[in-house]
Amino acid sequence: MATEEEIAVKEPLDLIRLSLDERIYVKLRSDRELRGKLHAYDQHLNMILGDVEEVVTSVEIDDETYEEIVRTTRRTIPYLFVRGDGVILVSPPLRTV
Amino acid sequence: MLFFSYFKELVGKEVTVELKNDLAIRGTLLSVDQYLNIKLENTRVVDQDKYPHMLSVRNCFIRGSVVRYVLLPPDAVDIDILHDATRREARGN
Repeated sequence: MATEEEIAVKEPLDLIRLSLDERIYVKLRSDRELRGKLHAYDQHLNMILGDVEEVVTSVEIDDETYEEIVRTTRRTIPYLFVRGDGVILVSPPLRTV
Repeated sequence: MLFFSYFKELVGKEVTVELKNDLAIRGTLLSVDQYLNIKLENTRVVDQDKYPHMLSVRNCFIRGSVVRYVLLPPDAVDIDILHDATRREARGN
């Protein structure tokens, strides 16, 4: 039975509960980002995501011109467990216009 | 305890554990504990040319804190059960 407990949003983790079964954006340490469907999480922000795209960003410096070259590496993973200690933030996916 | 229970159900399945040092190890999940320490058997390093450190290693214990990801087989994920368990866990805290 639906109770007030299920619907009440009291603390930040409750906000994440609203995103269950929805696509989310996760920023991780080491310049990594994930976009995927949130299937499970806990208080440590350990998560299981589905249909995930991982984007790894790296900056190379050209030996001669010293310009910064920003590269991104992408891969897709069907189901992924993410350890919570690497998570920086969780959000609904950002819309790029 | 949610993910501890989940991984206990996965024992016997083949997974790929990606560590924080970028090493990726594929193997059969042998056991897991409350810290999400992992024991794998029949292990192979994913990019063996790049990481020849463990060429002859077939069994290993991985400290939970060094894990970045565990890549799961699609048949090991029951979405409905995970959603229900998450809602129960979230409500209990």
